[in-house]
Amino acid sequence: MPGKQLLMTFPVTATSHTLAAYLARGGYATLRRALATMKPEDVTKEVTASGLLGHGGAAFPAGRKWGVVHLNDHQPHYLCANADEGEPGTFKDRWILENAPHLLLESMLLASYALQVRNAFVYIRGEFDLPYRRLTAAVEEAYAAGYFGEDILGTGFSCDVVVYRGAGSYVCGEASGLLSSLEGKRGYPRNRPPRLTVQGLFKRPTVVNNVETLANIAGIIAHGAEAYKKVGTAKCPGTQLVSISGHIARPGVYEVEYGYPMAQFLFEDCGGMLAGQPLKCIVPGGISTKVLTAAEVEPLTFDHQSFAGAGSSLGSGGMIAIAEGTCMVRLLQVMLRFYHHESCGQCTPCREGMGWMHRIIDRIVAGQGQPEDIDSLYRISRLQDGMTICGMGDAAGYATVGILDKYRSEFEYWIREKHSQLEGNLEGAVHA
Amino acid sequence: MKHLIPEFEKLKARFPAGFESSLVLPCVRRIQEDRGFVADADIDGLVDYLGVPRIQIEEVLSYYTQFRRKAIGRWHLQACRNVTCSMRSAERLIDHLSQRLGVAPGQTTPDGVFTLSTAECLGSCGTAPVVMVNDAYHENMSVEKLDRLLDELQGS
Ligand SMILES: Cc1cc2nc3c(=O)[nH]c(=O)nc-3n(C[C@H](O)[C@H](O)[C@H](O)COP(=O)(O)O)c2cc1C
Ligand code: SF4
Ligand code: FES
Repeated sequence: MPGKQLLMTFPVTATSHTLAAYLARGGYATLRRALATMKPEDVTKEVTASGLLGHGGAAFPAGRKWGVVHLNDHQPHYLCANADEGEPGTFKDRWILENAPHLLLESMLLASYALQVRNAFVYIRGEFDLPYRRLTAAVEEAYAAGYFGEDILGTGFSCDVVVYRGAGSYVCGEASGLLSSLEGKRGYPRNRPPRLTVQGLFKRPTVVNNVETLANIAGIIAHGAEAYKKVGTAKCPGTQLVSISGHIARPGVYEVEYGYPMAQFLFEDCGGMLAGQPLKCIVPGGISTKVLTAAEVEPLTFDHQSFAGAGSSLGSGGMIAIAEGTCMVRLLQVMLRFYHHESCGQCTPCREGMGWMHRIIDRIVAGQGQPEDIDSLYRISRLQDGMTICGMGDAAGYATVGILDKYRSEFEYWIREKHSQLEGNLEGAVHA
Repeated sequence: MKHLIPEFEKLKARFPAGFESSLVLPCVRRIQEDRGFVADADIDGLVDYLGVPRIQIEEVLSYYTQFRRKAIGRWHLQACRNVTCSMRSAERLIDHLSQRLGVAPGQTTPDGVFTLSTAECLGSCGTAPVVMVNDAYHENMSVEKLDRLLDELQGS
């Protein structure tokens, strides 16, 4: 196990996701105690003191987000768990939804109490099937046991939850796009300010947190901020779920304590590379984070400071291990096709830029690239930086610049020779 | 769509008052499960029932990739082609599917049994490559497993 565990603390069995199993692990005792003994603002104080960081990609401190909501402003507040899990390479929230749905629900109840939310939502991507069934079954169990609805556990606190399904759109994972979708509209992201915590769902103060961020709340309230801060590093408390895939021997979801050595994680915990191939590079946290070469990643520790120092970030924890022999031109082509497909089209630099970059990379792969194409890709990437409503324009730029900076020669080779230096291979040195 | 209204009423009861607009997505999804696609008459029915502008429903239908206005095959195969799946042979799988079924992604076989689509990351990269068959994920796919699956579906 890569360090201490806060979420993956029980053996997964055929029934470990049920209410009975959750209660046997001490589930909902924290809710009972908090509703009886804590004021809403005490819950927020504890979360703020814990230093809990958002796990949706931007690592924004949860307490700071919550702190913007005024408790006595005489208007409804909403909470929404972001279970859209659309960032390519990411499949960790699915672990929580399938295996610990009640941990999410208890945590959402605590968050709802803290933020005085009467109606909470889980926005789950439309393709998810088992996670959706597990979550809705848990919601029914929780209602039947009196954890949701009116006057919960006789405390006077009332809260309802709706599981809302998306319908296939990457930008609906972006918090404001998500709320547009939850209003029953196209998932268009919105300009900020106003912040969503000031004007969110139907213009009411709304907290959107990632599923994993929320799932940590029950543990923080159960054991206290001090105990939480003992896990991880001084600047980066806690753990993060990593979903690792690609040319790795043991793909899957791992809970990694911040500060854990990356080389040990990759080569011991994950069993090293598939069939012992050499590591070429990794995508550290979803394809929107910059790739790191093997030499860059191996000395790092798993925390935000270490990855920022190497010029990248841990993002959504969607790690992809890429073996030597993989063609980075084709890999970027797959990414740019995706971004182009998913641009919602509201902002000119994103809408036009994605199409333009996609056309350029297709042209290079077709053997019709021009030497200046590389500079064009750089220029378009920079054009989007900070010029768009949501982060997607930037994300595509980071992905592109990350690959070009490190593997420029592969692009130059393809343009010059009109074919791939690596036979356009995406499957590494070993074909499955 | 009228026969679904009792179900929609139950759904509505879970939402706060004044959230009719939010019901567009779940209602559209339910209609599509029922009919296989969303017809003009369904849009008319929803405009009446929810009291939302017609344009909102039309925009939703054109925006989300999971919604459709036309019937498709009995089995909808959606093969992920994003980064990890492509690194784990998805491109070869999609070529194989295309050849075996004799259709390109986006098309339906003439007998109406299969529709082939490509999909972006399905959030299941740890078990790549992934092919969805209607609502179900089929993980760790290979050409052999896919062939067996198609044989089964063809006969069912
Ligand atoms: C294009 C785009 C897609 C995103 N997709 C997701 C997603 O699928 N899940 C998620 O939790 N956050 C996603 N985010 C981040 C959200 O906007 C938001 O920051 C996050 O849900 C906040 O939760 P946190 O503070 O708990 O991390 C995405 C952001 C962008 C720009
Ligand atoms: S940056 Fe792209 S995806 Fe985001 S709002 Fe603008 S056009 Fe839409
Ligand atoms: S890339 Fe196919 S499921 Fe993620």
